[in-house]
Amino acid sequence: MITANKKGRLTVLGAVAIGAMVALAGCASSDPLSSGDSSASGDGDTLVIGSQQYYSNEIIAELYAQALEAKGYKVDRQYQIGQREVYLPELESGKIDVFPEYTGNLLQYYDKEETAKSPEEVETALAAALPDGLTALKAAAASDQDSYNVTKEFSEENDITSLADLKNYSGTLTLGAPPENAERPYGPPGLKSIYGVDVTSTPIDDGGGPLTVKALTDGSVQLADIYTASPLITENDLVTLEDPENMILPQNVVPIVSDKVDSDAQDVIDSVDAVLSASDLQQLNSKSQTDKESSATIAKDYLTEKGLLDS
Amino acid sequence: MNWIWSNSDYILDKTIVHLGLSVPPVILAFVISLPIGWAANRFTRLRGVVLAVAGLFYAVPSFALLVVLPGLIGYSIRSNTNLIIGLTLYGIALMVRSVADGLQSVEADVRQSATAVGYSGWQRFWRVEIPLAGPVLLAGLRVVLVSTISLATVGGILGINGLGLLFNDGLQRDIMAEIVAGIVLTIVMALVLDGLLVLLGRALMPWTRGRSATRTGTPTVARQKVVAP
Amino acid sequence: MNLFLDAFAWLADPAHLSGADGVPTRLGEHLWYTIVAVVIASVLAVPAGYLIGHTGRGRTLAVALTGGARALPTVGLVFLLALLVGIGITAPMIAFVVLAIPSVLAGAYSGFEAVDRKTIDAARAVGMTEWQIVTKVEVPLGLPLLIGGIRSATLQVVATATIATVVGAGGLGTYIFRGLRSNDYTQMLAGSIVVIALAVALEVVFSIVQRLVVPAGVTAGRPSDTRSKAARPGAVTATPLTKGTQ
Repeated sequence: MITANKKGRLTVLGAVAIGAMVALAGCASSDPLSSGDSSASGDGDTLVIGSQQYYSNEIIAELYAQALEAKGYKVDRQYQIGQREVYLPELESGKIDVFPEYTGNLLQYYDKEETAKSPEEVETALAAALPDGLTALKAAAASDQDSYNVTKEFSEENDITSLADLKNYSGTLTLGAPPENAERPYGPPGLKSIYGVDVTSTPIDDGGGPLTVKALTDGSVQLADIYTASPLITENDLVTLEDPENMILPQNVVPIVSDKVDSDAQDVIDSVDAVLSASDLQQLNSKSQTDKESSATIAKDYLTEKGLLDS
Repeated sequence: MNWIWSNSDYILDKTIVHLGLSVPPVILAFVISLPIGWAANRFTRLRGVVLAVAGLFYAVPSFALLVVLPGLIGYSIRSNTNLIIGLTLYGIALMVRSVADGLQSVEADVRQSATAVGYSGWQRFWRVEIPLAGPVLLAGLRVVLVSTISLATVGGILGINGLGLLFNDGLQRDIMAEIVAGIVLTIVMALVLDGLLVLLGRALMPWTRGRSATRTGTPTVARQKVVAP
Repeated sequence: MNLFLDAFAWLADPAHLSGADGVPTRLGEHLWYTIVAVVIASVLAVPAGYLIGHTGRGRTLAVALTGGARALPTVGLVFLLALLVGIGITAPMIAFVVLAIPSVLAGAYSGFEAVDRKTIDAARAVGMTEWQIVTKVEVPLGLPLLIGGIRSATLQVVATATIATVVGAGGLGTYIFRGLRSNDYTQMLAGSIVVIALAVALEVVFSIVQRLVVPAGVTAGRPSDTRSKAARPGAVTATPLTKGTQ
């Protein structure tokens, strides 16, 4: 039977226990309910930099972050955000200030019917398509777009070096690609209508990474959609098929900034993109993929090498 | 392994965030399940309905739920709130049965004696029924805690912060050590918190100390927890 | 509510219902993976569970395994295995079997344990051999709890099989992830609805089976209302709850 003493002890212990758990949870993450639906934009001169859930994108974001910090800006990092529908509104409302994006996909997001083809056309169309509150700075030379790849053996055996050659292939073509590829105009529908090629698609959701490459090299798929900046293409001796009809959308790296980013900050960001070439981006990615370095280390090394960390 | 040492800060950060996202749903689920379980026990007709609904709810695949919830509640898929609400709902689905069964296991005689001695309904509930149902509640709570910690990793694929992000990143960059770290930390966190919960249970219910679960002593109820959540 | 209407419209669209990427195909894949995983898990776990339940040995290990396995994040396991073996169903299937085994194991041994010792003694007294006791007494009486374990395992696998698509193995998760990556919430929702419907349907089927499988004249091992003992027909499978609590 519970006596009054025991009851009192129970209550106290219970309260302490629950209090401890709540306090632990509370101080464990400063505010578990906030980061995600309302990111901390901090005080006046803190810039919030976000990134996609893609390691390469995070490296670029870290480049911007460190360059800005070197010039005296305070930076708050919010990486690994999954969807455009999440971070774009936050960019518009000023909760995020800087976000590295890709010209083609972003243009597609705002304007599904777009028909721009060349990198310049896409960049211009994007500037027009962006809503108020968002500005696209100058795109970098570096691009990270989809590309269709085959193994070296496949290319040599079947004499296939371009997407136009694919229709000559007599066997079945299976394509390993990220899930969204299936419905993109440069996905299987485009391959069919522009190049006359029938492919069956196997979605692989590793961002054109190790699983996709392995599927290609061990023959589970004949064709793989891998991003051009991926180090895995050269590492595995893959052949990127040419795209004579310019079906694939260019994806130059372009920083999207909110109104809060003043022209000085914009210049800092521009200075990073001015030097970022396609091969540079490949090397940065290689450091992450192959050497498994963290984005912070990779960014620091690159910026130091380019002299962008001197204030 | 080197990767783990050089990225220990990142891993630690993910662990702390994960903790902060797993523990509140468990507490919330417990608190919310008490009145529901009590009602299910008190009104026999309600019992079948409540338990059936809870069972069906638990059948809903977590990933699917996290996708469907934003459409219903308006928070974005990626938000922590989405994950916490989803985890809490699962916790309630699991816990309600424990509460109902635990309260049911209190014998009528004990209830009647309590009333005879002078306890009011409210007092009887908190001072007699809940403590006696304690072990069953604890068993249920332990299951909820462990499954919540494991379930919270699903959020990582949607971009929600926590140990789940380690799985995604490790897959994209071919870093097995990262995925292993995520798995190990999830299991360790679950075991540690489970152990703490057991200690808490012993502290709050001293009369259950020294009793080991023998074959005949373990009631069907506790075994049910293992089998049919 | 609009979103849900859109999702149902998406599902009703014939273009989405045909071909290798159609809903029926993916649904079939998803169900097939689940069945195979649970069958494999049962083949492994049921004999082991029966052994543990009948002899009483190895129980602590089994309980610890069941509890610990609940903490294992299957998603992580799938990704890890995929990095090792490549795309396709092998990696996820291994993970699904690992996921399913604990529940089936627990169902098997707790089914046996729920059989009243007196009944077993009576069977021995009547002259049954050990094997006969197992097959004629423990298995039938333990069936409801075993089915409960299989049911639990099935639901867990159905839920987790949505992840198979990430490693190139298809299944209903295809729509969810494609929708996720293309910002097509309608498709995501449609895929989720189908998965939920499948899970709920299986849950209903199993609860019916679980009730049907109870031998006549016996309760299904659910906690009995000890207040109305008189109403209970010889409750051989329920251990009275008044005997201790944890």
